[in-house]
Amino acid sequence: MSETWDIAVIGGGNAALCAAITAAEAGARVVILEAAPKPYRGGNSRHTRNFRCMHDGPLGPLVESYTEDEYLADLLKVTGGKTHEGLARVAIRSSEECLPWMQDHGVRFQPSLSGTLSLARTNAFFLGGGKGLVNAYYRTARKLGVTVLYEAAVAHLERAEDRIVWLDYTHEGKNHRIHPKAVVVASGGFQADTDWLARAWGPAAKNFLIRGTPYNRGVVLADLLDQGVEQVGDPTQCHAVAIDGRAPKFDGGIVTRLDCVPFSIVVNKEAERFYDEGEDVWPKRYAIWGRLVAAQPDQVGFVIIDAKSLSLFMPSVFPPIEAESIEALADKMGLPPDRLRATVDAFNAACGDTSKFHPTELDGVTTTGIDPPKTNWARPITEPPFYGYSLRTGVTFTYLGLKVDERAQCSVGNRPVANLWAAGETMAGSILGQGYLAGFGMTIGTVFGRIAGKEAAAHANAS
Amino acid sequence: MQMLADLIAEARRQAEICNACRYCEGYCSVFPALHRERAFSDGDITHLANLCHNCRGCYYACQYTAPHEFDLNLPRALAEVRQDSWKAHAWPAGFANLFDRSGVAMAALLSLGFALMFALSQGMRPENGAGFYAYMSHGLMAAIFAPAFLLPLAALAVSLRGYWRTVGGGAVRWADLRGALASAGRMRNLKGGHGDGCNFEDEDRFSHARRHFHQATLYGFLLCFASTSSGTVLHYVFGVEAPYGLFSLPKLLGLPGGFLLCVGTAGLAWLKTKADPGLGAPSAWGGEMAFVLLLFVVSATGLILYAATGTAAVAWLLPLHLGTVLTLFLLTPYSKMAHGFYRLAALTREASRRPAEPV
Repeated sequence: MSETWDIAVIGGGNAALCAAITAAEAGARVVILEAAPKPYRGGNSRHTRNFRCMHDGPLGPLVESYTEDEYLADLLKVTGGKTHEGLARVAIRSSEECLPWMQDHGVRFQPSLSGTLSLARTNAFFLGGGKGLVNAYYRTARKLGVTVLYEAAVAHLERAEDRIVWLDYTHEGKNHRIHPKAVVVASGGFQADTDWLARAWGPAAKNFLIRGTPYNRGVVLADLLDQGVEQVGDPTQCHAVAIDGRAPKFDGGIVTRLDCVPFSIVVNKEAERFYDEGEDVWPKRYAIWGRLVAAQPDQVGFVIIDAKSLSLFMPSVFPPIEAESIEALADKMGLPPDRLRATVDAFNAACGDTSKFHPTELDGVTTTGIDPPKTNWARPITEPPFYGYSLRTGVTFTYLGLKVDERAQCSVGNRPVANLWAAGETMAGSILGQGYLAGFGMTIGTVFGRIAGKEAAAHANAS
Repeated sequence: MQMLADLIAEARRQAEICNACRYCEGYCSVFPALHRERAFSDGDITHLANLCHNCRGCYYACQYTAPHEFDLNLPRALAEVRQDSWKAHAWPAGFANLFDRSGVAMAALLSLGFALMFALSQGMRPENGAGFYAYMSHGLMAAIFAPAFLLPLAALAVSLRGYWRTVGGGAVRWADLRGALASAGRMRNLKGGHGDGCNFEDEDRFSHARRHFHQATLYGFLLCFASTSSGTVLHYVFGVEAPYGLFSLPKLLGLPGGFLLCVGTAGLAWLKTKADPGLGAPSAWGGEMAFVLLLFVVSATGLILYAATGTAAVAWLLPLHLGTVLTLFLLTPYSKMAHGFYRLAALTREASRRPAEPV
C-alpha cells in the first residue's frame, strides 16, 4: 500500500493541509506525514489566530477595504525591503480568494478579538484560533480521502538529478520508504532544534524559549539543503519577541506575551535600564524586545511597573510578582535592591509633566536628562504595590528556508526539481526577509499551500 | 453555603489562562463574560460555571489541553464548579448530597412512588369515576401532587435566592429576563457562535444534534406542563372533567409534548453515551443520565397510558406513570432538573451585565 501515493505532504500545519486538500480535490491520492502526535498536530498553525487578507470592500468578518498596495507597503515596512516583491504580490493578491475558500473548507471566522480592534480591517480571526482551523482542515481532508499519519517523522528525501525518487520516514517504530510521484514540503523551520539555533545565533540561544511547536526541528529542511536544494533567508536569524520569563520551554503560544513594557521600566539583571521602553506603541515594538533581551546578560530582562499601570494592558497568564516596596520587589525577583532603587529613583527624577498621559496613543510624555530616555508614557514608578515580570526571548520562527518560485517549486541551481514543492514557514523566508507582519504567515501558508497542492497534483496526474 | 475551594481555584487558574488568550471569544457567552474581568471572585467563577452549556467548542479548539502542561479543560472545570454550586445552594442543605446520588435516589423514589400509587389506587379505589379517576379520585391526586409540585419549587426558590446573592445579582429587570428566555429558548449557546452547533458526540465535529434533542426535550416538557395546566383550568374553571377527547386542549398539547419529550430524551441519552465523559463532571454523569432516562420514562409511560385507556393495564400503568411524575417533581431541586433554573438565572445575570445584542 505504501506504493500507492501520488503525493506525500510532509508536515501537518496550515500549509500542508491546504496543499493536501487542494491536491485531493484534483483527484490525487495524498498522504500527510505529520511528525507530531495527534494532540499536537498542526505545527505552529495551532498557535495562530488570524489571516491577513487583501479585500476590496467588506469581506467576511473584515470591514472597509485593504488594497494590494497598502498591504505591500505594510509588508515592506516590517521587512525593511527584504522581500521578494513578485512572491509577495502573489501572496497578497491571492489572499482575497483564499478567505471564501477557507470558509468552504470548514474554517469559521469571528469578529476581531477584544484587545485587537486595530486589526479588524486587515486580519480575519479564526473562531477558536488556529487549532480550530487545523481541526476543520483535518476533517475536510479526511472526507476527501487523504490519509493522515501522525508521529510519522520523515528522515530523508532522496534526490537524483531533478527528481525526488523516494523518501524515508519512521512510523510506529518501523522504517518506511515510499516513492510518491510528487512531494510537498510544509514542515516549518528549525527553531525547535536549539542546538542548531545555538550554532546559528550563538550560545545565548540556549536560553531562548520556543513559542511554538517542539516538532519543527528542521530535519527535512537540513536534508534538502545538504543535497543542494536552493536556500533562502538569513540562516543565522530568527524572529523573536520578549515573553514572560516563566513560560514553558516550548509551545507557550499567545498567552505568554506581555504588553506592559510601554508602561514600565525594563532593567537587566544588574538592575540597569537598556532601551527606550516608550519608543512606539507596543504592537509595533514588541518584536525588537526579543533581540534587546537576548543581548542582555543571561538573556533575561525585568519589567517593573507600579499600581497605577496594572490595568492598562492585557492580563498576563501568570500573575505578576508583587511587593510593597521597590527593594522588596528586587529581592523577590533576584535583582540587587539598592541598584534597582537607584535606577527607579533616577528614572522618576527624569519624569516631568504627566498630565498628557494617554495609554493608547503616543503621548509625548517623556523623560529629560536620562539615558536611555523613555520617550512616551513616562510616568514615575511611585505607587505601591509594585509589580514585576521577568522577560525572556521567545522564538517564533526561523528565516532560513527553501527557495521557491511563483509556483512554489523548489530548485537546484537554476533548474527546478521536477516533483518538489514547498509551502508555509519552510519557504516564507523568500518573502519575509526580516521582521513579521501579523497574520501574514497564515497568508503565505494558505496561498502557497494551495499553489503547491495544485501544481503537485497536476504533475502527479500527468505522470 | 460553602463551595469547594479547590474546584473554584482550578477553574480560576484556567480562566486566567483563557483571559490571556481569548481565541474562544466567539463561541458562547462564557468568554465575553470572562474577558470582562481581570480577577475572578468566587461569585464570578460560579457565574461563569452556570453560564457554560458544556458545548465543548473551547476544549477542542484549545492549544493548551493535555498533554500540554497548562492542562486546560474548561468545560470540565466549569462543570465541576457548576455541580458543586447547586449542592452548595441546595435547600434544605441536608438534601445537597442527592445531587451526587440522584441516580440512586431516583430509583428508590420511583419504587416507593410506584408502590404508594399502586397501594392507593387499589386500597382507596373510588366508588365511581371515569377513566383514570376510576382508579384514583381527582381529590386524592390533587392532594398528593399539588404539594409534591409546589414544595420543591419553594425549596428551589430559596436556593436560587442564595445563588443570586453569591453571584452578586441585583434587581431583576424584565428586559434581562426576556433576553435570558430568548437565549435559552433558542439554545443560542449551543450554536457555537458560527451557527454550526456544538462539539459533543464526535470530538471536534460541529453538529446541532444535542441542541435539537435538547429543544425537543425542553419544548416537549413545556407542552406536557401546559397540557396538565390546561386540564387543571378545564376542571376547576369550566367544570370539564377528564377524560378528555383527542381534540381537547390537554390532548392537543400533551400528545405532541409527550412525543417530543420521548424523542428528545432518548436522543440526549444516546448522545451522552457517545460523548467524552472527561469533559464534564465525572461525578455527575450517572445522575444526569438517570435524570434523562427518568424524563423519558415519564413521557413514555404517559403516552402508553393514553394508548392503554380502557384496558386492564391501566391498573399498573397509572401508578407507574404517577410514580415517575412524583419522583421528577420531588427531585427537581436536587437533580439535573435544577440546571434549567440556574441556567436562566445565569443568563439573566449575564444579560444585565452586557449591552443588548442580537439573540
